[in-house]
Amino acid sequence: MFVAAAIAILVAIGLAIARAIKGPTVFDRVLAGNSVGTLAIMLLAVTGFLTGRPEFLDIGLTYGLLNVIGTLAVLKFFRHGDLAYDVEEEPRS
Amino acid sequence: MSVVVEIASWVLILLGCFFTLVGALGLVRMPDVYTRMHAASVTDTAGVGLLIFGMVLQAGIGLVSLKLFFFCCCCSHSRVRSLLTPWHRPACMKESRHS
Repeated sequence: MFVAAAIAILVAIGLAIARAIKGPTVFDRVLAGNSVGTLAIMLLAVTGFLTGRPEFLDIGLTYGLLNVIGTLAVLKFFRHGDLAYDVEEEPRS
Repeated sequence: MSVVVEIASWVLILLGCFFTLVGALGLVRMPDVYTRMHAASVTDTAGVGLLIFGMVLQAGIGLVSLKLFFFCCCCSHSRVRSLLTPWHRPACMKESRHS
């Protein structure tokens, strides 16, 4: 049954990659990329259960934390155009 | 492990797979960014939650279950995305302007 779960997650990753390639706006691609990350974490958990080694859960947790920070950084860049954007230093028009 | 717990865990894992596939299919076929975001949130919450719960029932009580509970928090941060997307005109608004 874990094999079925792994296959379903792989199909979902393929569909998310299709949206990442096809998406007209950049936010579609960010959304699809984040979904690929979440599904990869789930795939790590299922692989841990398939191989009988619980160390995969630690890898999944680490990647989950990195994914959050990475998504926040990408969204900040798309919104403000600058990774070092500071709210207090807005240019006076 | 008793048969009831095992059957329950398989049912939950199958349901989790179903919701993951539904969310991914919605991600491909929805017409607008906002509707796609809702479809992806279905994957994040229902798919991940059911799969994790099924795996917790498989593993029993212990360190593995504790780590799996933290998985839910790491995977389900889709609300964070929705906070930082700027305003796009939704697809339904375009139709009402032309009518």
